[in-house]
Amino acid sequence: MTILTVANLTMRFGGLTAVNDVSFTARQGEITAIIGPNGAGKTTLFNCITGFYKPSSGSITVVHGSKNLRLDKLPGHSIARKGRVARTFQNIRLFSGMSVLENLLVAQHNRLQASTGFGVLGILGLGGYRAAERHAIELATHWLAQTGLLERADDPAGALPYGAQRRLEIARAMCTEPLLLCLDEPAAGLNPRESSALNDLLLSIRAGGTSLLLIEHDMGVVMKISDHIVVLDHGTKIADGKPADIRSNTVVISAYLGEDDEDDAPLAGATP
Amino acid sequence: MAYALQQLVNGLTLGMIYGLIAVGYTMVYGIIGMINFAHGDVFMIGAFIGIIVITALSGITAVPLGLLAALIISAALCGLYGFSIERVAYRPLRGSFRLAPLISAIGMSILLENYVQTSQGALERAIPNLIPGGITLMRQDGFAVQLTWMQIAIMAVTLVVLAVFTYIVTKTPLGRAMRAVEQDAKMAALLGIDTNRTISTTFIIGSALAAMAGVMFLLYYGVIDFYIGFNAGIKAFTAAVLGGIGSLPGAVLGGLLIGLIEAFWSGYATVAYKDAAVYSILAIVLMFMPSGLLGRHEVEKV
Amino acid sequence: MSRLLRDVKDSGAVAFMALLIFAPFLGLQLGDSDSGNLTLSTRPALLAAAVGLTFAARFCFLLWEAHRPPRIPALSLGLAKSGKYAAPALLIFAIVMPFLPGIKNASIDLGVLIMTYVMLGWGLNIVVGLAGLLDLGYVAFYAVGAYSFGLLSTNFGLGFWECLPLAGILAACWGVFLGFPVLRLRGDYLAIVTLAFGEIIRLVITNWVSLTGGPNGITDIPHPTLFGLKFSMAGGPGSFAGFFGITPSPSQRITYLYYIILVLALLTNWVTLRLRRQPLGRAWEALREDETACRSLGINVRNTKLTAFAIGAMFGGFAGCFFATRQAFISPDSFTFMESATVLAIVVLGGAGSQFGVVLAACVMIGVPELLQGLQIYRMLIFGAALVVIMIVRPRGFISTRRPTVALGKAKPISADLIAQGQG
Repeated sequence: MTILTVANLTMRFGGLTAVNDVSFTARQGEITAIIGPNGAGKTTLFNCITGFYKPSSGSITVVHGSKNLRLDKLPGHSIARKGRVARTFQNIRLFSGMSVLENLLVAQHNRLQASTGFGVLGILGLGGYRAAERHAIELATHWLAQTGLLERADDPAGALPYGAQRRLEIARAMCTEPLLLCLDEPAAGLNPRESSALNDLLLSIRAGGTSLLLIEHDMGVVMKISDHIVVLDHGTKIADGKPADIRSNTVVISAYLGEDDEDDAPLAGATP
Repeated sequence: MAYALQQLVNGLTLGMIYGLIAVGYTMVYGIIGMINFAHGDVFMIGAFIGIIVITALSGITAVPLGLLAALIISAALCGLYGFSIERVAYRPLRGSFRLAPLISAIGMSILLENYVQTSQGALERAIPNLIPGGITLMRQDGFAVQLTWMQIAIMAVTLVVLAVFTYIVTKTPLGRAMRAVEQDAKMAALLGIDTNRTISTTFIIGSALAAMAGVMFLLYYGVIDFYIGFNAGIKAFTAAVLGGIGSLPGAVLGGLLIGLIEAFWSGYATVAYKDAAVYSILAIVLMFMPSGLLGRHEVEKV
Repeated sequence: MSRLLRDVKDSGAVAFMALLIFAPFLGLQLGDSDSGNLTLSTRPALLAAAVGLTFAARFCFLLWEAHRPPRIPALSLGLAKSGKYAAPALLIFAIVMPFLPGIKNASIDLGVLIMTYVMLGWGLNIVVGLAGLLDLGYVAFYAVGAYSFGLLSTNFGLGFWECLPLAGILAACWGVFLGFPVLRLRGDYLAIVTLAFGEIIRLVITNWVSLTGGPNGITDIPHPTLFGLKFSMAGGPGSFAGFFGITPSPSQRITYLYYIILVLALLTNWVTLRLRRQPLGRAWEALREDETACRSLGINVRNTKLTAFAIGAMFGGFAGCFFATRQAFISPDSFTFMESATVLAIVVLGGAGSQFGVVLAACVMIGVPELLQGLQIYRMLIFGAALVVIMIVRPRGFISTRRPTVALGKAKPISADLIAQGQG
C-alpha cells in the first residue's frame, strides 16, 4: 500500500537543477530513507514534498485510503492539514520563546481553532473549547512521554539541550497527527545514546501507524531502521531498494566514495 | 511635450537630492540592518549648517566659493553628527532587540528636530536664489522649458559626489571592509576588520551625503525649517525601499523615480496628492516585487 | 592617577567634538535684519556652557563606568513579579481615582489621556508584541475610527454608542484591506508600507476637503450620552444633572468619559488576555517565533497575520471613536506619524508583549511630558532624549519576561533572550 508517490520530480533554481527527474514511492507503515552525498538534492526534494518549494515539473501524490491528493498543488499550509504530512527541519525550528507544552499546542492549532467558533466562543469561555483543549493537552502529554520530555513540559523550548530540542521537534510534528512524517537529519548532532533512543522513537512512531520519510547521514541509523532506501546523487536517483541491496550496490558505493570528481560543485539550495 | 520635458527636468533634480539621502539610509541598513530614522534630521541639520555658513560668508567671499564652503563644512560637521549619533544612540543597542534601535532612532529624530527648533527658532528661514538664470531648452506653444543653472549645479554636484562615493565603496580597502561587514559582521571581525570603525565610517559617509543633499535642497527651494527632515527622511526611506533596501544603485534609482513621480503627479494631477501617489506606487511595487526593484530576492532557506 | 588623566583626556576629546557639533546651533543664531536679510549673532556663553556640560557628563560617565555595581538581572523579574500586586492595585486606583478627595478635573483629564494611550498600546501590542509584525502606521486606524464617528455623527446624527461598534468594524475592515496585499512583506518592507498607509490616510483626510473639512477638521462632534441623558451645562430635562436633580458641572462629563475609556481599555485587555490563551493568540506568538515552522504545522500564516492586524486595528478604531467624542473636534493634525511612533514606543518600552508593561510605559510616556508642560519648548527635546536613554538602559523594555499561557505544573517565566522579535 503506497502512501507517497513522487513522479518525475524536477526542481530548478535558475539554471541549476537541484533535483532531476526523480521518481520513487514510499509505502505505508514503512520507514523510507533518502540518502546521498552532500549536495545530492535531498533537502530540496524534502522541501518540494512539504510544500516549501513549488517543483518545476513532476508530481507528488499522497494517498489517503482511496483518495489521492496532489501535494504540489496544495498551498504550503495545507500540506500539514489536508495532506497530513508533517516535517522537521535540519536546523531545528522551535518556538524558542514558548514553553514546550505551548509548542505542542500550536501544532494542534487547526483542530483547536475549529472548536473555538472563530475565537468568539473561546474568548467567552463557552462551547466545546475547554474539552478540545483538554484533549489537546492529553495528546501533547502523550508525545511528551514518548519523547521523554514530560518533566520539561513547562520549560522554554529554547532552553532545552540540543538532543531534547530534536525530540521536541518530532513530538511537535506528531501532534499534527500526520500520516506521513518527514524528518530532515533527525540524528544530526546526537550522541550514540541519544541516537539509539531516537531509533526506538522512530520505530514506535512507525508502530503507531505513521509512515516515515527521513533524510539521514548516519548510516548506522539508516541501515538499522529503514525498510526502504532511495539514494540520490547530483539530483538524480541512482538506487532504490532494501537496505541490504543498497549496501552492496556498486553505484552507491562509488557515489559515496567518489569515483574521480570530488563533488566540487554541490547544487545550490540542496543543503542550505 | 514641452511641459513633460520640464517636469522631467524638475523631477530629476529633486530625485537626485532624494537619491543622495537614500544612499545614506541604504548604507546604514545594509551594514547594521536598522532603519535610521534620524537620517532625515541629519539632512535638515545639514541644510541649517548650509544656511548658517552662507549667511556668515555672504558679502565676504564670492558666491561659488561660499557655496563650496557651505557644502564642505556642512558635510564635515554632519559627518561628526552621524558619528556621534551612532556612538550615543545606536552602538549600545547593537545586537539587541530589533525594535530598540528603531525607537532610539525615533527618539534621536525628535531630539534633533527640537534641538534645532529651540536653538534656531521655529520660523522658516529663506535665502535668495544664489545662482539665478538658466538656459531655455526648447519652446513650444509659448511654453519655455527652463533648465536653471541651479538645477545644472545640483545635478553636477550629485553626480560627482556619487562617482566619488562609488569609487570609495567599490575600489578602496574601506569600501571592501564595508561590504564585508555588510555580508557577515562576525566573519569580518574574525578576519581582522574593525567592525566598529567600519560602521562609524558608514555613518560618517552617509551623514555627509545627507548634509550635501540638505545644502542642495536649501539652494533649490531657498526655504527651510526644522521640520523638513521628517518629510525628506520618509521620502528617502521610501526611495531606499523602492530600489531594494541595501542596494546602493537601487537607492539612487528609487530617489530618481520618486522625484519623477512627484514632478509628474504635480504637473498633471493634483499637487495635494503627490505624496499619496508616491506611497501608493511604493505599495504597488512591493506587492509584486517584495524586495524592491534592485533588491536581492532572497530564496527562503529552510 | 593615570586612569584619571586618561578620563580627563577622553572627556576633553568628547568636549572638543561637542564644540564642533554645537558651534553652529548653540554658538550662532540666525535672525532677521530690518532689511529682511538673514543675520547671525553669536552666543559664546551658551556654547561654552554646553561644551562644559558635555565634558562634565562624559567625565562622570567614565567614573561611573569604572565603579559601576554589577548589573542586577533581577530587576526585570522583580518588575514582572510586582505586576502581580501592582496591577490590581493600579486597577483599583484607576477605578476610584475620580472620587478621591482633592482630584482636579485636569487630573481626571490626564487619566483619560493616559488611558487612551494604554488602549492604543494594548491594541498595537497585539500586532507588534504578539504577532511580531512591525506596524509604523497604527495611527491610520485611530484616524479611521475618529473620522468614522465624526462623519457619521455630523452627517447622519448618529450618537457615540451607535458609532462605537461601527468605528471598530470599519477600522478592522481597513486593517484587512490594507493588510491583505502587504502581509507577505517582511521586516522593514512591511514597516515602510504601513507607514506609507498611515501617511496616505492622513493626506486623504487633509485634502478631501468636501468630505472631511480638510485641515479645519470636523467640529461639533457630540459627546456621549448615558442612556440618552446628555451632559449639557445647561441642565434641564433630558440632561444627566436634570434627571438626578443635581447641579450640572463639567466634572460629571469628564468623569463619565473617564469611565468609558476605562471600560474600553479593560475590554481591550480582557480580549487580548483571553486571546493569548486561545489557539489564535498562540498562533500569533508562534508566528513571531518562527513563521516557517508555523507553515509546516498547517497554520495559515496570512490569515493569522490578518486577524492580528484586524483585531489590533479594531481597538485602534474604538480608541479613535472615543478620541473624537472626547475632543468634540478632530483634524488631521491629531493623526501624524508622531502618534504612531508614540504608541509604538509605548509598546516597545513596556516590553513587547507585556500588558502591564504597556500601562507603565504609557504612564511614563504620556504622563511625564504632561507634567513637564511648564518647560514649554524644551519638553519635546527632553522627550526625545529620554526615549534614547530609556532604550539604552532597558532595550527589552520594562517587563521583558513572558509567562507561558498554559502549563502542566507551575508556569515558569521565559526570559527575554529566548523570545524572538518577529520578522514581519
